[in-house]
Order: sequence, then structure tokens, then C-alpha cells
Amino acid sequence: MSGDHEHGHDHDEGSSLSEMELRVRALETVLVEKGYVDPAALDLIIESYETRIGPRNGARVVAKAWLEPDYMDFLRRDASAAIATLGYGGRQGETMVALENTDSVHNVVVCTLCSCYPWPVLGLPPAWYKSAAYRSRVVSDPRAVLADFGVTLPVDKKIRVWDSTAEVRYLVIPQRPAGTEAWDLAALAALVTRDSMIGTGLVTVPGGAA
Amino acid sequence: MNGAHDLGGMEGFGPVVPEPVHIPFHSTWERRVLANTLACMAMGVWNIDAMRASREKLPPAEYLTSSYFEIWFKGLVSRLVAEGLVSRAEVESGISQGPGRPVPSVLTAERVLPALAAGAQYTREPDRPARFAAGAPVRTRQMNPSHHTRLPRYARGKAGVIEAVRGFFVFADANAQGLGPQPQWLYTVRFDGRELWGSESDPTLSVTIEAWESYLEPPI
Repeated sequence: MSGDHEHGHDHDEGSSLSEMELRVRALETVLVEKGYVDPAALDLIIESYETRIGPRNGARVVAKAWLEPDYMDFLRRDASAAIATLGYGGRQGETMVALENTDSVHNVVVCTLCSCYPWPVLGLPPAWYKSAAYRSRVVSDPRAVLADFGVTLPVDKKIRVWDSTAEVRYLVIPQRPAGTEAWDLAALAALVTRDSMIGTGLVTVPGGAA
Repeated sequence: MNGAHDLGGMEGFGPVVPEPVHIPFHSTWERRVLANTLACMAMGVWNIDAMRASREKLPPAEYLTSSYFEIWFKGLVSRLVAEGLVSRAEVESGISQGPGRPVPSVLTAERVLPALAAGAQYTREPDRPARFAAGAPVRTRQMNPSHHTRLPRYARGKAGVIEAVRGFFVFADANAQGLGPQPQWLYTVRFDGRELWGSESDPTLSVTIEAWESYLEPPI
């Protein structure tokens, strides 16, 4: 019930965590008492983003694009509609654009002004995506930022950074790793990481060549 | 507004700290901040652009030393107070001093999933042709508006090329100020890294932004 039970991932000191817990509870109490918010609705929003709307959705889009050239074409023409055929869409993914990584081009997505991110396919953004360190530097020195993720690209590979300054939301389609030619959709989707769909990671086969 | 939120090109924040596992929240209060922010937006008193503007108005030192959900919390409180929906005293005490004022809508539990699935529509029917076509050279305006804008400082007064015409979209600058949607054509504009950062820039780098038509002018 209290902030004392929060552990494992907090970068804050315990005292500041407890203070935020109290302040947010105070606000919510007032909002509920005044009839502005419905506590059951709040719980459903949280449940949606904890259990249903996350990067496994995007991974299925990527795996399908790898397996079906027609679906990849659909993504190129109208990513919002193509993604909707898998049942994903809505809030913060109304206008989707798919960015294909190739042998010559690597795409990376950022929102330098806030935290714009394709929620229906990737869920809520990771803490680093919202951080000043990422937002400040990835537009000017993406190779240094990729190095923070352990990613090194060939020196002549073109890097395209996409700053999400309006309501267009981007999904990177990473390159399919070699050695997966016989894999099915579920196996491929399991390989696709969230970071590879933002552009700060590559898809690799565990134990295999990168 | 030239606030601390406009981070592109700043230095000194140190390395990015990856977190490979998907962890949407790091504490209980972060869950509640997200849920209350979305539920309050659904009241229909303000729009998403106004919400962003409220976060950007935090004093720079406070913005840069707050975690992202703290920024969301502070932005939400300032918006609620500015709209007269709650008082600072109520927020600080957690005790409501009286009934709420009427709001256009309250998000009930049965409407949550349909609302998330529907999203919001930011595109409008165009009432004029687009001024620029894909491939056209353009220049972003040099501007320093005191209000919310989505043209980052690092991309002002720069030469670029129209990468794509995205459609006719609600104009964030006007919408944030409560001046209505005032839709405009929206473009993806690509800049060479050297145009943004100088001759020392990585020659393999290009950066795109989304720019409304009024951010753009023909090249000099």
C-alpha cells in the first residue's frame, strides 16, 4: 500500500518516492470526490497498458512483414491500416508510418520535445526514451547513443533519425536476421525486441551470428 | 516556447541508460499519474496540445530535475488549477472543498477500452491544396514564439527537403492556445546532418521533423 513496497527499479530515493505517492493519491482523491474521474476507469487504463498494449504487438507486425511481402507493401502504403488488420490502433497510433531498415539505411525514432511514441504497437515508452540524455543527443550524434546500447553500425551506413514533432508515429521494421528462413511468425516475433523497433537495437538470433 | 523541453542538440546529460525489458511503470504512483492524466484529458476541457504546453511551462531547472511522470503530474495539476477544476489547496490537502464543476464528459469504465481503441482524430478534410510537394526544397522559418510550438530550436532557419506530405492536420500551435484546430498541411522535412550541426557532423546522418506548412517557406 505504501511506497515502501516499491523496489527493484526506482532510481529515486525512498523519501522522494513516498512524497510523490502521497501527492498523487491526494490529487486522485480530490478528482474522484469531485466526480471528474471514475476509479474503475483508472484501473482499466493501467491494466490495458500493463497487460495488453505493449511491444509484443509491434513484434507481430514486424514478423508478419518479414514473412509476407504483400503485408510489407501494405505497411509501406498505409501503415495505420496494415497495423489495424492485426487489431492494433487507436490512442497515440492514429497515423502510423513504417520505416524499413536495409543494408544501407538504419532508422532511429525520437521525440525531442516530449515523449511521442507509437503506443498501440510498442506500449508506453521506456524511461530512457523520455530522458534528456536520449532526446538531446540522438539527433546530433546517434552513433554515440547507439554505442550506449551496444550497437555499432558500419561507418558508411546512412542513419536517419525521425523526430516525432507532430501526431505521426513511427515503427521501425528491423532487418530480419540470417538463419531464420524456416521460422514461423510466433518464433520470429519472439526475436523482435522493443529497441529494434525504435532503432536503438538490432534483431539477432540468440547464440547465432548477428 | 523556448523551454527546457526542447532538448535536441543539447549536451552534458551523460550516457543513455538502456532498459531492455518492457517496464511501463516503475512505481504505483506512476500508474496513477498516467491514468489520471488520460481520464482528465477525456473530460474534454483541454486538448493534447494544451496538455503538452502545460508541461513545457515548468521552470527549466524544475523540468530538467523532474522524472518524466513527475513532469506529467505537475503539468496535470497546473492545468486543472488553471481551468478552475481544483484549487492548489485541495491538491495539497487531498480534501475536496466542494463539488466539481460540470465538465463535458467523464470517462466511465465501460468507455475506456473503446476510447483507447478509437484514439483521437487529428486529420481534417483539406480546404486548400498543399503548397509543397515531395522532393521540394524548403527552409524552416526562424521564429521564437512565446507560445507552444512543435518546431524545435535546432531545426529553425534550416534548409531541408520535403520527404513526404502527410495530410491536413490540426495545428498544434493554435490548438494549444485554445484557438481551435486551424488545420494545415503537415510535411515530413529531411535535413542533412551538416545543415543542422555543421561541417563536423556525421556525414551519414539525416534528421527529419514533422512540420506544419506555416513553419516552412521556399528556399532563399
